[in-house]
Amino acid sequence: MSPSSSSPAVSERLARKASRHISERIIEATLFAAAAVSIFVTVAIVFILVRESVAFFQQVPVVDFLSDTQWTPLFDDAHFGILVLLSGTAVSSTVALAVAIPIGTTIAIFLSEFASQRTRETAKPILELLAGMPTVVFGYFALMFVTPLLQELMPELPGFNLLSAGLVMGIMIVPIVSSIAEDAMRAVPMALREGSYAMGATRLQTAFYVVLPAAVSGIGAAYILGIARAVGETMILAIAAGMQPKLTFDPREPAATITAFIVQVALGDLPHGSIGYQTIFAAGLTLMLFTLLFNILGFWLQRKYRERY
Amino acid sequence: MDPSRGAISELPIKAEVRNFNFHYGEFHALKDVTMPLCERKVTALIGPSGCGKSTLLRSFNRMHDLYAGNRYGGEIILHPDQTNLLDPRVDPIEVRMRLSMVFQKPNPFPKSIYENVIYGQRVRGVTKRSVLDDKAEEALRAAALWGEVKHRLHDMAFALSGGQQQRLCIARALATDPEVLLFDEPTSALDPIVTASIEELIHQLKEKVTILIVTHNMQQAARVSDFTAYMYLGELIEFGYTEEIFIKPRDKRTEDYITGRFG
Amino acid sequence: MSSSAPSDVALIRAEIRRRKRRDLWFGALGVLALALALLTVVTLFINMLIDGWARLTPEFFTSFPSRRAGQAGILSAWVGSLLVMLVTASVAVPLGVAAGIWLEEYAPKHWLTDIIEININNLAGVPSIIYGLLALGLFVYTFGLGQSIRTAGLTLALLILPMIIVATREAIRGIPQSIREGAYALGATRWQMVRHHILPYSMPGIFTGVIIGMARAIGETAPIITIGALTFIAFLPPAPLVGTPPFVNFEWLSAPFTVMPIQIFNWTSRPEAAFQQNAAAASVILVAMTLMMNGLAIWLRYRLRKNLKW
Repeated sequence: MSPSSSSPAVSERLARKASRHISERIIEATLFAAAAVSIFVTVAIVFILVRESVAFFQQVPVVDFLSDTQWTPLFDDAHFGILVLLSGTAVSSTVALAVAIPIGTTIAIFLSEFASQRTRETAKPILELLAGMPTVVFGYFALMFVTPLLQELMPELPGFNLLSAGLVMGIMIVPIVSSIAEDAMRAVPMALREGSYAMGATRLQTAFYVVLPAAVSGIGAAYILGIARAVGETMILAIAAGMQPKLTFDPREPAATITAFIVQVALGDLPHGSIGYQTIFAAGLTLMLFTLLFNILGFWLQRKYRERY
Repeated sequence: MDPSRGAISELPIKAEVRNFNFHYGEFHALKDVTMPLCERKVTALIGPSGCGKSTLLRSFNRMHDLYAGNRYGGEIILHPDQTNLLDPRVDPIEVRMRLSMVFQKPNPFPKSIYENVIYGQRVRGVTKRSVLDDKAEEALRAAALWGEVKHRLHDMAFALSGGQQQRLCIARALATDPEVLLFDEPTSALDPIVTASIEELIHQLKEKVTILIVTHNMQQAARVSDFTAYMYLGELIEFGYTEEIFIKPRDKRTEDYITGRFG
Repeated sequence: MSSSAPSDVALIRAEIRRRKRRDLWFGALGVLALALALLTVVTLFINMLIDGWARLTPEFFTSFPSRRAGQAGILSAWVGSLLVMLVTASVAVPLGVAAGIWLEEYAPKHWLTDIIEININNLAGVPSIIYGLLALGLFVYTFGLGQSIRTAGLTLALLILPMIIVATREAIRGIPQSIREGAYALGATRWQMVRHHILPYSMPGIFTGVIIGMARAIGETAPIITIGALTFIAFLPPAPLVGTPPFVNFEWLSAPFTVMPIQIFNWTSRPEAAFQQNAAAASVILVAMTLMMNGLAIWLRYRLRKNLKW
């Protein structure tokens, strides 16, 4: 306390400040805890996947997992060749990208370099709506509409096949590819475009000779994030591609992907702790590693173009 | 200085601006500008910031068509065929193929030096390697850059220094054999030594091509140009031989600007 | 001065015509690509509407699933979806908004902050089925929460958490620094500044993000299958509100449940065409719901952009 006691107000204010200080710290700690939840989620994902996978690999040698060409985890003669599931994932993703990359890139160039402001403002929300559709509905669409349509062209196409699932998945991924690629192109400075137009270039020439090369890392990011989405997609494949594991590279055949296999096992009634239960975590870990790889690569490329301009 | 010069109207004219008006949305940026561009001469546009000099320059090759909300009226006639560059029936691409432009900040494309120089040829559909090689060398020589880059034509253009990049952009503009070369404050982003080399280059280039240059630097206008136009608040105040503008301006506003009383 | 065009002007014009044709072709291609995307949505919706039209009756909403396709309905599914969404929203929104505020307003320039940022980006890219495995291992078997509404709600909350954090951060980032300085200059503490200014001004943006997140969550199927939602539920969970004190009842949280997408998946995988009709009808409702939510969010964002000019 001040001896002159002429300013008791000051000490009161100081006292209030101290309590204020404490409540501010509590609030800050609470907010930080919320942000830290995301770290907890990641740690939990890794922990759960690794814990069950370790138990799995104690019974199945890693070499068999990587080299066996059969996947029959629930049979008496159990085989655990992840290549079988990977082939399904690879084929369906390839089909999807064969659709999504050309269409998505075309839309991105069109919206960024050709379309008027108004066209862009109408088209982008429509694409967002497409991206927001529940995937189970896309699965229904692939099975009940696209497959019968394809069977008109290819009469021997089976009811479940990777082709129709992949095509629909491709359409679903178009908005992801187009929006990230368009962002990258719009980040290219106007000065470069002006330079090209001033040389007498047309829109198409400016787009292909100047804007695309300048935005190449961002467009790469768009493709890679599209791949990550395709690899992790579940319901379209579980519904329309069939769930029989099969080592095949023919999109006309039915086959299970990693994700479809997890769904198939989860639909059954597997006892906690059994090898079948652990299998889906080993499959999940494989899936996680792939998507993580693609996502990190994608974000790295995206950051590269953001730094450049 | 040319002692035998006569009235401007007797000189060969490459282009004429006639009653040109320009609006950015509601803003009336250029008001009834009329001026000639003499063939194989350098014409400088000077004036305080915001006077419309860059707007006028960019109208020559219809850069304003790239953005919505710009309106303009009047004519810019290109001789000898008397094409009105602003005529909506004339394709802006045609205009830009005949006139080249060098920008304020060097804007090389994210490509090799070589690809940058021959960009205009690529755009025109030329694919013959020997033609492209010749064009590239010719343009780079004309832009006084050949000696510095001839051994690394396939390096990225971004690897060049700022001054080299700007000369590359000049080479790029020259490689299309333009009838008129437009410079939009080409040295504002460069240091004095590089600026001097670019000014020297402009001096050499007028042997072959008509040049219009915007500059905020009066000394530069005095050094490089044959004719000067002084603009203020969207109006062309005075146009004439550079020496006359700088030594005995007719208009009070020009005199105030030249003598540094504002601007 | 000659008045005839130089010979190469004619050449130039021919060349331009040729090149502009290509421009035109590409423009047509772009319109076509866009139309294909649009056409898919329209075809999908119309196809489902035709397939499911006969089943879209009031009874469809008030009936439980049944072995007879003609009597089956989506009562337990839509109630389940509603309750799961309630849990999801009440967990994800406070957590996501708090995390977003911390990252924008409190986070020091620090390696930990960088890790949290990178981590959130990565989480946004983790396939939804992985969240299902997390929930199965953690919520169901480690925490013993069972195959219940709260497990499903928590799982979807974690799934959309990154979306809400990102939306919150973007909304906050749009607020100019001068607002913060103004509040501090009047003696506000950091939290007062956040509560009085940052939160209210970023609320519309956050709300937009929350709607998009919820639209995503309501259509998610894979993680819910993984935790083991039952597909045949012929009863409703206990009501959350009761007539006697304390008026709220939390038993519904641990009740078994089904949700709309699970019901659709179940009907889709039955061989009988009658059940496919049910799937189509339920899909129409689910799609209409997500379209409406996303549409609302897009409209809100559009209005926001128009009205808000700092």
